[in-house]
Amino acid sequence: MERIPILRMGDLLLVTVQVDMHDRLAMTLQEDLTEQVQRTGAKGVLIDISALDMVDSFIGRMISNLSSMSRILDAHTVVVGMRPAVAITLVELGLSLQGVETALDVDRGMKLLRGRLGDAERRRLDHED
Amino acid sequence: MTLNGDVSITKTESLPLRTEHDVVLARQVVRRLTQEISFGLVDQTKLVTATSELARNAIIYGLGGTLTCELLVDGTRKGLRLQFIDHGPGIADVELAMKDGWTSGQGMGLGLSGSKRLVHDFQIATVPGQGTTITIARWK
Repeated sequence: MERIPILRMGDLLLVTVQVDMHDRLAMTLQEDLTEQVQRTGAKGVLIDISALDMVDSFIGRMISNLSSMSRILDAHTVVVGMRPAVAITLVELGLSLQGVETALDVDRGMKLLRGRLGDAERRRLDHED
Repeated sequence: MTLNGDVSITKTESLPLRTEHDVVLARQVVRRLTQEISFGLVDQTKLVTATSELARNAIIYGLGGTLTCELLVDGTRKGLRLQFIDHGPGIADVELAMKDGWTSGQGMGLGLSGSKRLVHDFQIATVPGQGTTITIARWK
């Protein structure tokens, strides 16, 4: 069965969507990723959508869901690399991806995640003191 | 849909809308056609996104159908017109279906209303029990 690969890097999971996703593939990614977050105890998820030339309401909803689901599973999600034309279209379509953290590219996304994880770690240590 | 006298169709392509893979194919065909008439990237993306929404609707709610694409020339203007034809149950209340956030299924309720915002022309013809035809066009 066709799947989008999920890479593990320390306490992060990385997903690069490089194919034009049909709906079932998007749903499979949603299931695989939440399963991996739970299994690996990952604290951060980075989703690179720079190869996507279109995000419709279905894929948009999948991105929103992923972000909420991983939050519930105690992981931060950052979506990176959205193309400007995709962002313009998405907003006009009526989707603003509220609650989804984004960054312009993978580098910035990683920094954002590291910062978030550092904050969480500091809070945990403060709490223990 | 009636054309005014000056608009001519320079190319027609049709494809079936049966499975979710057809949604992907429809997006690719429309992307290629928008490139043939040199749409800018934002215009391409808007029409491809509307295609994705309406093709999915035709499959999920309309139980499958056909997409017909027509390249149009109106004087110096070029455009692409798309017709999504299904023979499903039809839409009982078009006005309600066009509202943001209203959905009869699992979606977000942005398919119809959102697609309308992404194109220049948008028409729905629906007959309960016989099907729905949605015609959209975007001009360069």
